[in-house]
Amino acid sequence: MSASLSRLVASFDYAVDDFSLRASIEVGAETVALVGPNGSGKSTLLLAILGIRVPRQGRITLGDRVLFDAQKGILCPTEERHLAYLPQNYGLFPFLSAEKNVAFTIDCRQGHLGRPDRKRLATQYLDRFGIAHLAARLPSQLSGGERQRVALARAMASQPRAMLLDEPTAALDVGARDEVRALIRDSLRELGIPAIIVTHDFADVTSMASKLAVIEAGQLAACVDVAEAQRMPPTPFVARLVNAGATQAAAISPAG
Amino acid sequence: MTVLAVGLGTLLVVPFIALLVDGGPLAILRGFECSLTLPALRLSLETTAVSITFVVLGGTPLAWWLARSKWRSAKWLETLLQLPVVIPPAVGGIALLLAFGRRGLFGGWLERLGFAPTFNAIAVVMAQIFVSAPFYLHAATLAFARLDHDLLAVGRSLGASPPRLFFRVALPLAKPALIGGAAMSWARALGEFGATLMFAGNMTGKTQTLPLAIYTALEIDLRTAQALSLLLVVFAFGLLLALRRINQAPAALGKGSSSSR
Repeated sequence: MSASLSRLVASFDYAVDDFSLRASIEVGAETVALVGPNGSGKSTLLLAILGIRVPRQGRITLGDRVLFDAQKGILCPTEERHLAYLPQNYGLFPFLSAEKNVAFTIDCRQGHLGRPDRKRLATQYLDRFGIAHLAARLPSQLSGGERQRVALARAMASQPRAMLLDEPTAALDVGARDEVRALIRDSLRELGIPAIIVTHDFADVTSMASKLAVIEAGQLAACVDVAEAQRMPPTPFVARLVNAGATQAAAISPAG
Repeated sequence: MTVLAVGLGTLLVVPFIALLVDGGPLAILRGFECSLTLPALRLSLETTAVSITFVVLGGTPLAWWLARSKWRSAKWLETLLQLPVVIPPAVGGIALLLAFGRRGLFGGWLERLGFAPTFNAIAVVMAQIFVSAPFYLHAATLAFARLDHDLLAVGRSLGASPPRLFFRVALPLAKPALIGGAAMSWARALGEFGATLMFAGNMTGKTQTLPLAIYTALEIDLRTAQALSLLLVVFAFGLLLALRRINQAPAALGKGSSSSR
Protein backbone atom coordinates (compact mmCIF):
# COMPACT_ATOMS: atom_id res chain seq x y z
CA MET A 1 0.00 0.00 0.00
CA SER A 2 1.38 3.39 -0.93
CA ALA A 3 2.06 6.11 1.59
CA SER A 4 -1.52 6.99 2.36
CA LEU A 5 -3.03 10.34 1.52
CA SER A 6 -5.40 9.86 4.40
CA ARG A 7 -4.59 12.13 7.26
CA LEU A 8 -6.46 11.94 10.54
CA VAL A 9 -7.24 15.41 11.81
CA ALA A 10 -9.18 15.78 15.04
CA SER A 11 -9.84 19.01 16.83
CA PHE A 12 -12.62 19.09 19.36
CA ASP A 13 -13.96 19.93 22.81
CA TYR A 14 -15.48 17.13 24.79
CA ALA A 15 -17.22 17.57 28.12
CA VAL A 16 -19.37 15.44 30.37
CA ASP A 17 -20.24 16.15 34.02
CA ASP A 18 -16.99 17.37 35.58
CA PHE A 19 -14.66 15.97 32.92
CA SER A 20 -13.51 17.97 29.94
CA LEU A 21 -11.02 17.43 27.18
CA ARG A 22 -9.72 19.81 24.57
CA ALA A 23 -7.77 18.07 21.86
CA SER A 24 -6.20 18.92 18.56
CA ILE A 25 -4.18 16.25 16.83
CA GLU A 26 -2.98 15.54 13.29
CA VAL A 27 -1.73 12.13 12.29
CA GLY A 28 -0.40 11.30 8.84
CA ALA A 29 0.66 7.81 7.76
CA GLU A 30 2.57 7.41 11.00
CA THR A 31 2.13 6.16 14.53
CA VAL A 32 1.59 8.59 17.38
CA ALA A 33 1.96 7.40 20.94
CA LEU A 34 -0.45 9.11 23.30
CA VAL A 35 0.64 9.41 26.90
CA GLY A 36 -0.68 11.22 29.96
CA PRO A 37 -1.61 10.70 33.61
CA ASN A 38 -4.48 8.36 34.53
CA GLY A 39 -7.87 9.89 33.93
CA SER A 40 -6.48 12.61 31.67
CA GLY A 41 -8.71 11.49 28.82
CA LYS A 42 -6.51 9.32 26.61
CA SER A 43 -9.18 6.66 26.15
CA THR A 44 -11.84 9.33 25.72
CA LEU A 45 -9.84 10.79 22.85
CA LEU A 46 -9.86 7.39 21.12
CA LEU A 47 -13.59 6.91 21.76
CA ALA A 48 -14.36 10.38 20.39
CA ILE A 49 -12.44 9.68 17.19
CA LEU A 50 -14.22 6.33 17.04
CA GLY A 51 -17.63 8.00 17.37
CA ILE A 52 -18.65 6.25 20.58
CA ARG A 53 -18.36 9.53 22.49
CA VAL A 54 -19.69 12.67 20.84
CA PRO A 55 -17.77 15.95 21.34
CA ARG A 56 -19.64 19.20 21.91
CA GLN A 57 -17.66 21.13 19.37
CA GLY A 58 -15.09 20.61 16.68
CA ARG A 59 -14.35 18.55 13.63
CA ILE A 60 -12.81 15.18 12.87
CA THR A 61 -11.70 14.25 9.36
CA LEU A 62 -9.96 11.26 7.87
CA GLY A 63 -8.50 12.00 4.45
CA ASP A 64 -11.25 13.81 2.58
CA ARG A 65 -14.02 12.24 4.67
CA VAL A 66 -15.69 14.24 7.42
CA LEU A 67 -16.35 11.93 10.36
CA PHE A 68 -17.67 14.63 12.64
CA ASP A 69 -18.52 18.28 12.31
CA ALA A 70 -20.43 19.88 15.16
CA GLN A 71 -21.23 23.02 13.21
CA LYS A 72 -22.62 21.24 10.17
CA GLY A 73 -24.25 18.57 12.31
CA ILE A 74 -22.32 15.71 10.70
CA LEU A 75 -21.90 12.54 12.75
CA CYS A 76 -20.68 9.55 10.77
CA PRO A 77 -21.73 6.33 12.54
CA THR A 78 -18.90 4.28 14.06
CA GLU A 79 -19.43 1.34 11.73
CA GLU A 80 -18.92 3.56 8.68
CA ARG A 81 -15.74 5.24 9.92
CA HIS A 82 -13.49 2.30 9.04
CA LEU A 83 -11.36 2.70 12.14
CA ALA A 84 -9.89 -0.36 13.81
CA TYR A 85 -10.14 -0.18 17.59
CA LEU A 86 -8.12 -2.43 19.88
CA PRO A 87 -9.16 -1.96 23.50
CA GLN A 88 -7.04 -2.91 26.49
CA ASN A 89 -8.20 -6.48 26.87
CA TYR A 90 -8.04 -7.28 23.17
CA GLY A 91 -11.81 -6.97 22.71
CA LEU A 92 -12.30 -10.47 21.35
CA PHE A 93 -15.85 -11.83 21.38
CA PRO A 94 -15.64 -14.58 24.01
CA PHE A 95 -18.37 -16.71 22.41
CA LEU A 96 -16.68 -16.90 18.99
CA SER A 97 -13.65 -18.94 17.95
CA ALA A 98 -10.54 -17.14 16.70
CA GLU A 99 -11.61 -17.73 13.11
CA LYS A 100 -15.19 -16.59 13.74
CA ASN A 101 -13.87 -13.45 15.45
CA VAL A 102 -12.03 -12.56 12.26
CA ALA A 103 -14.95 -13.66 10.08
CA PHE A 104 -17.23 -11.30 12.04
CA THR A 105 -15.76 -8.25 10.36
CA ILE A 106 -15.45 -9.94 6.98
CA ASP A 107 -19.19 -10.70 7.18
CA CYS A 108 -19.83 -7.01 7.92
CA ARG A 109 -17.46 -5.49 5.41
CA GLN A 110 -17.46 -8.04 2.60
CA GLY A 111 -20.87 -9.64 2.91
CA HIS A 112 -21.06 -9.93 -0.88
CA LEU A 113 -18.51 -12.76 -0.79
CA GLY A 114 -19.74 -16.33 -0.54
CA ARG A 115 -19.45 -18.19 2.73
CA PRO A 116 -16.45 -20.36 1.67
CA ASP A 117 -14.57 -17.26 0.47
CA ARG A 118 -15.19 -15.45 3.73
CA LYS A 119 -14.01 -18.46 5.72
CA ARG A 120 -10.88 -18.79 3.60
CA LEU A 121 -10.14 -15.10 4.01
CA ALA A 122 -10.46 -15.36 7.80
CA THR A 123 -7.99 -18.23 7.88
CA GLN A 124 -5.60 -16.26 5.68
CA TYR A 125 -5.58 -13.35 8.11
CA LEU A 126 -4.93 -15.72 11.02
CA ASP A 127 -2.14 -17.31 9.00
CA ARG A 128 -0.45 -13.94 8.51
CA PHE A 129 -0.06 -13.78 12.27
CA GLY A 130 1.06 -17.40 12.50
CA ILE A 131 -2.01 -18.63 14.34
CA ALA A 132 -4.02 -20.45 11.67
CA HIS A 133 -3.66 -23.64 13.76
CA LEU A 134 -5.58 -21.94 16.59
CA ALA A 135 -8.58 -21.07 14.38
CA ALA A 136 -11.04 -23.24 16.30
CA ARG A 137 -10.00 -22.09 19.78
CA LEU A 138 -12.12 -19.78 21.90
CA PRO A 139 -10.39 -16.65 23.26
CA SER A 140 -10.47 -18.17 26.78
CA GLN A 141 -8.30 -21.00 25.45
CA LEU A 142 -5.59 -18.67 24.11
CA SER A 143 -2.64 -16.97 25.79
CA GLY A 144 -2.43 -13.18 25.99
CA GLY A 145 -0.03 -12.96 23.05
CA GLU A 146 -2.23 -15.26 20.97
CA ARG A 147 -5.30 -13.20 21.79
CA GLN A 148 -3.56 -10.02 20.71
CA ARG A 149 -2.63 -11.74 17.42
CA VAL A 150 -6.26 -12.67 16.80
CA ALA A 151 -7.28 -9.09 17.61
CA LEU A 152 -4.69 -7.76 15.17
CA ALA A 153 -5.71 -10.21 12.45
CA ARG A 154 -9.31 -9.13 12.94
CA ALA A 155 -8.37 -5.44 12.87
CA MET A 156 -6.47 -5.97 9.60
CA ALA A 157 -9.43 -7.86 8.14
CA SER A 158 -11.72 -4.92 8.87
CA GLN A 159 -9.88 -2.93 6.16
CA PRO A 160 -9.13 0.02 8.45
CA ARG A 161 -8.21 3.48 7.30
CA ALA A 162 -6.80 4.32 10.72
CA MET A 163 -6.00 2.30 13.81
CA LEU A 164 -6.65 3.16 17.46
CA LEU A 165 -4.93 1.04 20.11
CA ASP A 166 -5.53 1.36 23.86
CA GLU A 167 -2.57 0.05 25.87
CA PRO A 168 -1.93 -2.91 23.57
CA THR A 169 0.83 -4.43 25.72
CA ALA A 170 -0.40 -3.61 29.24
CA ALA A 171 -2.21 -6.92 29.81
CA LEU A 172 0.63 -9.06 28.42
CA ASP A 173 3.41 -10.93 30.20
CA VAL A 174 6.65 -9.01 29.97
CA GLY A 175 8.07 -11.75 27.76
CA ALA A 176 5.31 -11.43 25.15
CA ARG A 177 5.47 -7.65 24.93
CA ASP A 178 8.40 -7.22 22.53
CA GLU A 179 6.94 -9.77 20.18
CA VAL A 180 3.55 -8.03 20.10
CA ARG A 181 5.25 -4.63 19.69
CA ALA A 182 7.06 -5.91 16.60
CA LEU A 183 3.81 -7.36 15.23
CA ILE A 184 1.93 -4.10 15.70
CA ARG A 185 4.76 -2.03 14.25
CA ASP A 186 5.04 -4.25 11.18
CA SER A 187 1.25 -4.36 10.66
CA LEU A 188 0.99 -0.58 10.84
CA ARG A 189 3.93 -0.15 8.50
CA GLU A 190 2.31 -2.54 6.01
CA LEU A 191 -1.04 -0.72 6.20
CA GLY A 192 0.54 2.74 5.97
CA ILE A 193 -2.33 4.37 7.83
CA PRO A 194 -2.57 6.84 10.73
CA ALA A 195 -2.39 5.15 14.12
CA ILE A 196 -2.71 6.33 17.70
CA ILE A 197 -1.42 4.13 20.52
CA VAL A 198 -2.37 4.99 24.08
CA THR A 199 0.30 3.78 26.48
CA HIS A 200 1.94 4.12 29.88
CA ASP A 201 5.12 2.35 28.87
CA PHE A 202 7.95 4.25 27.23
CA ALA A 203 9.19 1.05 25.61
CA ASP A 204 5.90 1.05 23.64
CA VAL A 205 6.66 4.59 22.51
CA THR A 206 10.17 3.92 21.27
CA SER A 207 9.36 0.57 19.67
CA MET A 208 6.20 1.47 17.78
CA ALA A 209 5.75 5.22 17.44
CA SER A 210 7.48 8.00 15.60
CA LYS A 211 5.71 10.81 17.42
CA LEU A 212 4.64 11.42 20.97
CA ALA A 213 1.54 13.32 22.09
CA VAL A 214 0.82 14.25 25.70
CA ILE A 215 -2.54 14.88 27.34
CA GLU A 216 -2.35 16.75 30.60
CA ALA A 217 -4.95 18.67 32.60
CA GLY A 218 -7.65 18.06 30.02
CA GLN A 219 -5.55 19.39 27.14
CA LEU A 220 -3.60 17.73 24.40
CA ALA A 221 -0.38 19.52 25.28
CA ALA A 222 2.29 18.62 22.79
CA CYS A 223 3.03 16.41 19.80
CA VAL A 224 6.72 15.97 19.01
CA ASP A 225 9.11 13.46 17.45
CA VAL A 226 9.93 10.63 19.82
CA ALA A 227 13.69 11.27 19.50
CA GLU A 228 13.16 14.89 20.38
CA ALA A 229 10.96 13.98 23.33
CA GLN A 230 13.78 11.82 24.65
CA ARG A 231 16.33 14.59 24.23
CA MET A 232 14.15 17.37 25.53
CA PRO A 233 10.95 16.15 27.26
CA PRO A 234 8.17 18.69 26.59
CA THR A 235 6.56 18.28 30.03
CA PRO A 236 7.64 16.97 33.45
CA PHE A 237 5.29 14.02 32.98
CA VAL A 238 7.10 12.98 29.81
CA ALA A 239 10.45 13.48 31.55
CA ARG A 240 9.38 11.01 34.25
CA LEU A 241 8.12 8.57 31.60
CA VAL A 242 11.43 8.76 29.70
CA ASN A 243 13.41 8.25 32.91
CA ALA A 244 11.25 5.32 33.99
CA GLY A 245 11.76 3.79 30.56
CA ALA A 246 15.52 4.28 30.80
CA THR A 247 15.75 2.71 34.29
CA GLN A 248 13.60 -0.19 33.18
CA ALA A 249 15.77 -0.79 30.12
CA ALA A 250 18.91 -0.61 32.28
CA ALA A 251 17.41 -3.05 34.76
CA ILE A 252 16.36 -5.51 32.08
CA SER A 253 19.37 -5.43 29.76
CA PRO A 254 21.98 -7.04 32.09
CA ALA A 255 19.60 -9.95 32.76
CA GLY A 256 18.44 -10.47 29.20
CA MET B 1 -27.76 -17.61 66.05
CA THR B 2 -27.12 -21.26 65.24
CA VAL B 3 -30.56 -22.21 66.54
CA LEU B 4 -32.17 -19.57 64.34
CA ALA B 5 -30.19 -20.72 61.31
CA VAL B 6 -31.17 -24.35 61.87
CA GLY B 7 -34.76 -23.26 62.46
CA LEU B 8 -34.84 -21.36 59.19
CA GLY B 9 -33.28 -24.25 57.28
CA THR B 10 -35.83 -26.64 58.79
CA LEU B 11 -38.74 -24.42 57.90
CA LEU B 12 -37.53 -24.26 54.29
CA VAL B 13 -36.84 -27.97 53.84
CA VAL B 14 -39.31 -29.96 55.96
CA PRO B 15 -42.45 -28.94 54.00
CA PHE B 16 -40.97 -30.50 50.87
CA ILE B 17 -40.25 -33.73 52.73
CA ALA B 18 -43.83 -33.80 53.99
CA LEU B 19 -45.10 -33.12 50.48
CA LEU B 20 -43.07 -36.05 49.19
CA VAL B 21 -43.79 -38.70 51.85
CA ASP B 22 -47.00 -37.86 53.74
CA GLY B 23 -49.74 -40.43 53.14
CA GLY B 24 -47.40 -42.75 51.23
CA PRO B 25 -46.78 -43.12 47.49
CA LEU B 26 -49.94 -45.07 46.72
CA ALA B 27 -52.27 -42.44 48.15
CA ILE B 28 -50.38 -39.73 46.29
CA LEU B 29 -50.52 -41.64 42.99
CA ARG B 30 -54.25 -42.11 43.44
CA GLY B 31 -54.46 -38.34 43.92
CA PHE B 32 -53.42 -37.89 40.28
CA GLU B 33 -56.54 -39.75 39.14
CA CYS B 34 -58.71 -36.78 39.99
CA SER B 35 -60.55 -35.32 36.98
CA LEU B 36 -59.05 -31.87 37.64
CA THR B 37 -55.48 -32.98 36.96
CA LEU B 38 -55.17 -33.36 33.21
CA PRO B 39 -57.09 -30.24 32.09
CA ALA B 40 -55.17 -28.11 34.62
CA LEU B 41 -51.79 -29.52 33.62
CA ARG B 42 -52.57 -28.97 29.96
CA LEU B 43 -53.84 -25.45 30.48
CA SER B 44 -50.85 -24.53 32.63
CA LEU B 45 -48.33 -25.75 30.06
CA GLU B 46 -50.15 -24.13 27.14
CA THR B 47 -50.75 -20.76 28.76
CA THR B 48 -47.26 -20.45 30.23
CA ALA B 49 -45.75 -21.37 26.85
CA VAL B 50 -47.67 -18.49 25.27
CA SER B 51 -46.95 -16.03 28.07
CA ILE B 52 -43.20 -16.71 28.23
CA THR B 53 -43.00 -16.32 24.44
CA PHE B 54 -44.64 -12.89 24.72
CA VAL B 55 -42.44 -11.93 27.65
CA VAL B 56 -39.21 -12.86 25.86
CA LEU B 57 -40.12 -11.44 22.44
CA GLY B 58 -41.39 -8.17 23.88
CA GLY B 59 -39.15 -7.97 26.91
CA THR B 60 -35.82 -8.40 25.12
CA PRO B 61 -36.03 -5.29 22.91
CA LEU B 62 -37.67 -3.32 25.74
CA ALA B 63 -34.83 -4.26 28.11
CA TRP B 64 -32.23 -3.36 25.47
CA TRP B 65 -33.82 0.02 25.07
CA LEU B 66 -34.13 0.56 28.84
CA ALA B 67 -30.50 -0.39 29.39
CA ARG B 68 -29.15 1.90 26.70
CA SER B 69 -31.53 4.84 26.92
CA LYS B 70 -29.92 8.09 28.01
CA TRP B 71 -33.41 9.44 28.58
CA ARG B 72 -33.84 10.14 32.32
CA SER B 73 -37.44 8.97 32.37
CA ALA B 74 -36.24 5.53 31.30
CA LYS B 75 -35.01 4.93 34.87
CA TRP B 76 -38.48 5.80 36.16
CA LEU B 77 -40.13 3.57 33.64
CA GLU B 78 -37.78 0.76 34.66
CA THR B 79 -38.87 1.16 38.28
CA LEU B 80 -42.54 1.34 37.34
CA LEU B 81 -42.26 -1.88 35.34
CA GLN B 82 -41.00 -3.65 38.48
CA LEU B 83 -44.17 -2.77 40.39
CA PRO B 84 -45.92 -6.12 39.74
CA VAL B 85 -43.13 -7.86 41.68
CA VAL B 86 -43.84 -6.06 44.92
CA ILE B 87 -47.63 -5.66 44.85
CA PRO B 88 -49.85 -8.54 46.04
CA PRO B 89 -51.00 -10.58 43.01
CA ALA B 90 -54.62 -10.02 44.04
CA VAL B 91 -54.08 -6.30 43.58
CA GLY B 92 -52.72 -7.05 40.13
CA GLY B 93 -55.85 -9.05 39.39
CA ILE B 94 -58.12 -6.17 40.38
CA ALA B 95 -56.02 -3.71 38.36
CA LEU B 96 -56.23 -5.98 35.30
CA LEU B 97 -59.97 -6.30 35.77
CA LEU B 98 -60.40 -2.51 35.95
CA ALA B 99 -58.22 -2.04 32.86
CA PHE B 100 -59.18 -4.90 30.55
CA GLY B 101 -62.28 -6.49 32.12
CA ARG B 102 -65.59 -6.30 30.29
CA ARG B 103 -66.47 -3.02 32.02
CA GLY B 104 -62.89 -1.88 32.36
CA LEU B 105 -61.22 1.12 30.76
CA PHE B 106 -60.12 -0.76 27.64
CA GLY B 107 -62.53 -3.68 27.89
CA GLY B 108 -64.86 -2.59 25.11
CA TRP B 109 -61.91 -1.78 22.90
CA LEU B 110 -60.39 -5.27 23.35
CA GLU B 111 -63.79 -6.88 22.78
CA ARG B 112 -64.12 -5.15 19.39
CA LEU B 113 -60.69 -6.52 18.46
CA GLY B 114 -61.92 -9.99 19.36
CA PHE B 115 -59.50 -10.34 22.25
CA ALA B 116 -61.91 -10.06 25.11
CA PRO B 117 -60.17 -11.46 28.20
CA THR B 118 -63.40 -12.54 29.81
CA PHE B 119 -62.83 -15.64 31.91
CA ASN B 120 -60.89 -17.47 29.22
CA ALA B 121 -57.34 -18.53 28.42
CA ILE B 122 -56.53 -15.05 27.11
CA ALA B 123 -57.20 -13.66 30.59
CA VAL B 124 -55.01 -16.39 32.11
CA VAL B 125 -52.15 -15.50 29.78
CA MET B 126 -52.55 -11.78 30.49
CA ALA B 127 -52.42 -12.35 34.25
CA GLN B 128 -49.31 -14.51 33.83
CA ILE B 129 -47.57 -11.92 31.68
CA PHE B 130 -48.45 -9.18 34.15
CA VAL B 131 -46.87 -10.91 37.12
CA SER B 132 -43.97 -12.69 35.39
CA ALA B 133 -42.64 -10.19 32.84
CA PRO B 134 -40.90 -7.99 35.44
CA PHE B 135 -38.62 -10.89 36.39
CA TYR B 136 -37.40 -11.26 32.82
CA LEU B 137 -37.23 -7.51 32.25
CA HIS B 138 -35.13 -7.02 35.35
CA ALA B 139 -32.67 -9.78 34.47
CA ALA B 140 -32.42 -8.69 30.83
CA THR B 141 -32.03 -4.96 31.56
CA LEU B 142 -29.30 -5.71 34.09
CA ALA B 143 -27.55 -8.06 31.67
CA PHE B 144 -27.61 -5.52 28.83
CA ALA B 145 -26.49 -2.67 31.11
CA ARG B 146 -23.51 -4.73 32.30
CA LEU B 147 -22.29 -5.67 28.83
CA ASP B 148 -18.66 -4.82 28.19
CA HIS B 149 -18.83 -1.42 26.49
CA ASP B 150 -15.50 -2.03 24.80
CA LEU B 151 -16.88 -5.14 23.08
CA LEU B 152 -19.85 -3.17 21.77
CA ALA B 153 -17.51 -0.42 20.55
CA VAL B 154 -15.28 -3.00 18.88
CA GLY B 155 -18.29 -4.61 17.25
CA ARG B 156 -19.32 -1.34 15.68
CA SER B 157 -15.77 -0.43 14.66
CA LEU B 158 -15.59 -3.76 12.83
CA GLY B 159 -18.56 -2.70 10.74
CA ALA B 160 -21.62 -4.02 12.62
CA SER B 161 -24.77 -1.92 12.19
CA PRO B 162 -26.91 -1.44 15.33
CA PRO B 163 -29.23 -4.38 14.51
CA ARG B 164 -26.27 -6.65 13.75
CA LEU B 165 -24.59 -5.51 16.96
CA PHE B 166 -27.73 -6.47 18.88
CA PHE B 167 -28.17 -9.90 17.33
CA ARG B 168 -24.53 -10.93 16.84
CA VAL B 169 -22.85 -9.37 19.88
CA ALA B 170 -25.27 -8.21 22.59
CA LEU B 171 -27.62 -11.22 22.50
CA PRO B 172 -24.86 -13.89 22.61
CA LEU B 173 -23.07 -12.02 25.41
CA ALA B 174 -26.25 -11.68 27.46
CA LYS B 175 -27.59 -15.16 26.62
CA PRO B 176 -26.88 -16.91 29.96
CA ALA B 177 -28.52 -14.09 31.91
CA LEU B 178 -31.47 -13.99 29.50
CA ILE B 179 -32.05 -17.74 29.87
CA GLY B 180 -31.89 -17.38 33.64
CA GLY B 181 -34.37 -14.51 33.58
CA ALA B 182 -36.72 -16.39 31.27
CA ALA B 183 -36.62 -19.43 33.55
CA MET B 184 -37.47 -17.37 36.65
CA SER B 185 -40.20 -15.66 34.68
CA TRP B 186 -41.64 -18.97 33.52
CA ALA B 187 -41.56 -20.36 37.07
CA ARG B 188 -43.44 -17.30 38.29
CA ALA B 189 -46.04 -17.67 35.51
CA LEU B 190 -46.47 -21.39 36.27
CA GLY B 191 -47.13 -20.63 39.93
CA GLU B 192 -49.38 -17.65 39.28
CA PHE B 193 -52.52 -17.82 41.42
CA GLY B 194 -53.89 -14.55 42.80
CA ALA B 195 -54.15 -12.41 39.70
CA THR B 196 -55.48 -15.35 37.68
CA LEU B 197 -58.18 -16.08 40.25
CA MET B 198 -59.31 -12.44 40.28
CA PHE B 199 -59.03 -11.70 36.58
CA ALA B 200 -59.66 -15.01 34.83
CA GLY B 201 -61.70 -16.93 37.38
CA ASN B 202 -61.45 -20.62 38.32
CA MET B 203 -63.20 -22.70 35.69
CA THR B 204 -62.03 -26.26 35.07
CA GLY B 205 -60.67 -26.68 31.56
CA LYS B 206 -60.99 -22.97 30.79
CA THR B 207 -59.07 -20.92 33.33
CA GLN B 208 -58.15 -23.43 36.00
CA THR B 209 -54.36 -23.72 35.94
CA LEU B 210 -52.44 -26.07 38.25
CA PRO B 211 -52.25 -23.67 41.22
CA LEU B 212 -55.99 -23.00 40.98
CA ALA B 213 -56.65 -26.73 40.68
CA ILE B 214 -54.67 -27.29 43.90
CA TYR B 215 -56.86 -24.72 45.62
CA THR B 216 -60.02 -26.42 44.37
CA ALA B 217 -58.75 -29.93 45.08
CA LEU B 218 -58.00 -29.05 48.69
CA GLU B 219 -61.76 -28.84 49.27
CA ILE B 220 -62.35 -32.23 47.63
CA ASP B 221 -59.36 -34.38 48.50
CA LEU B 222 -56.11 -33.49 50.27
CA ARG B 223 -54.14 -36.17 48.38
CA THR B 224 -55.11 -34.70 45.02
CA ALA B 225 -53.90 -31.28 46.18
CA GLN B 226 -50.70 -32.94 47.37
CA ALA B 227 -50.18 -34.78 44.09
CA LEU B 228 -50.68 -31.65 42.01
CA SER B 229 -48.35 -29.73 44.32
CA LEU B 230 -45.68 -32.38 43.87
CA LEU B 231 -46.03 -31.99 40.13
CA LEU B 232 -45.29 -28.25 40.39
CA VAL B 233 -42.36 -28.92 42.72
CA VAL B 234 -40.89 -31.38 40.21
CA PHE B 235 -41.14 -28.77 37.42
CA ALA B 236 -39.60 -26.09 39.59
CA PHE B 237 -36.79 -28.29 40.87
CA GLY B 238 -35.96 -29.46 37.35
CA LEU B 239 -35.77 -25.83 36.31
CA LEU B 240 -33.37 -24.97 39.13
CA LEU B 241 -31.12 -27.91 38.23
CA ALA B 242 -31.11 -26.91 34.56
CA LEU B 243 -30.22 -23.34 35.51
CA ARG B 244 -27.31 -24.51 37.65
CA ARG B 245 -25.96 -26.45 34.70
CA ILE B 246 -26.30 -23.46 32.37
CA ASN B 247 -24.62 -21.10 34.82
CA GLN B 248 -21.78 -23.49 35.52
CA ALA B 249 -21.01 -24.40 31.92
CA PRO B 250 -19.15 -21.23 30.84
CA ALA B 251 -17.36 -20.86 34.19
CA ALA B 252 -16.10 -24.44 34.02
CA LEU B 253 -14.84 -23.83 30.50
CA GLY B 254 -12.90 -20.74 31.58
CA LYS B 255 -11.39 -22.55 34.56
CA GLY B 256 -10.36 -25.58 32.56
CA SER B 257 -8.54 -23.56 29.96
CA SER B 258 -6.66 -21.29 32.36
CA SER B 259 -5.44 -24.18 34.48
CA SER B 260 -4.22 -26.01 31.38
CA ARG B 261 -1.67 -23.28 30.72
